[in-house]
Amino acid sequence: MAGTALRRRLTWQTAKVRTVIDETASVRTITLDVPDWAGHQAGQHLDIRLTDEDGYVAERSYSIASAPGEAVAITVERLDDGEVSPYLTDELRAGDDLELRGPIGGYFVWEPGDGGPLLLLAGGSGIVPLRAILRHRDRTSSTVPVRLLYSSRTLDDLIYRAEVDQPASGVEVIYTLTRSHPPDWSGYTRRVDAALLGEVAWPAAAMPLAYICGPTSFVEAVSQILVQSGYPAERVKTERFGATGGT
Amino acid sequence: MEAVDGNAIGGLLLEVFGAEMTDAASVCGSCGAACQVAELVVYLRAPGTVVRCRSCDSVLMVFVQIHERICVDLLGLAALG
Repeated sequence: MAGTALRRRLTWQTAKVRTVIDETASVRTITLDVPDWAGHQAGQHLDIRLTDEDGYVAERSYSIASAPGEAVAITVERLDDGEVSPYLTDELRAGDDLELRGPIGGYFVWEPGDGGPLLLLAGGSGIVPLRAILRHRDRTSSTVPVRLLYSSRTLDDLIYRAEVDQPASGVEVIYTLTRSHPPDWSGYTRRVDAALLGEVAWPAAAMPLAYICGPTSFVEAVSQILVQSGYPAERVKTERFGATGGT
Repeated sequence: MEAVDGNAIGGLLLEVFGAEMTDAASVCGSCGAACQVAELVVYLRAPGTVVRCRSCDSVLMVFVQIHERICVDLLGLAALG
């Protein structure tokens, strides 16, 4: 803990919504002007706090969707029974205020010096911090080889599809659609299992660095398979969203 | 209620400890399992926030927020930092 005592204490602050963009029918990206932003790392998150008229407070964490150096953005999936996400996806408009604190997280982060090859595994909205990592790799001209495996329920549920479909040099993208797929779909059509990972994951001997983000069940299944196939546990970084989002 | 992991309490821990804690080492006081805080099992909406060992399921940390005050119980931990 030495050296941490002098750090600025993280406090809640009010940001202003710059833009809101619909990504899918239930997912939006919100770009924010944050007056006191210390700068973030790819993979970090921030906390949003909503306070209603009678003082009831609800807080949720959201992964930062933008790369370091870009405007702060979060991508939010609407959960019908959510306390926070329906407000963010349905009510919030450009110019509105939003209370947040961040950036947060020192574990699920990637810097070019961390090397690779990188294996990025996204379940549903778990793509969000991995997109920040991909953008950071691109903006820093990193040449670390990347494979992204993105599992989603349907084609229409894929977030950032236009961007992910145009990967930078050295980035391979593999999709799997688990609920339904178009007749001419050439990607995978099942949940991520050991056989699928055997086909798309870097071999353990390449000393890959894996980042897995998504619903808890997705992350636990995938991380277990990777460790069983020889990935050192400390090279498998995990972030679990709970039961939210679809894979 | 499905568990999340220690990433989700990074903001809470920053508030309590004044430092980034998700990459800090933790040692379970029951079974001795060591891992980074981000890897621990977290229940956000138990009565309070409950953090459990991924190896033996023991309760390591409990946080209860009442208005502006956060009550912290770290008795299940052998080490943190």
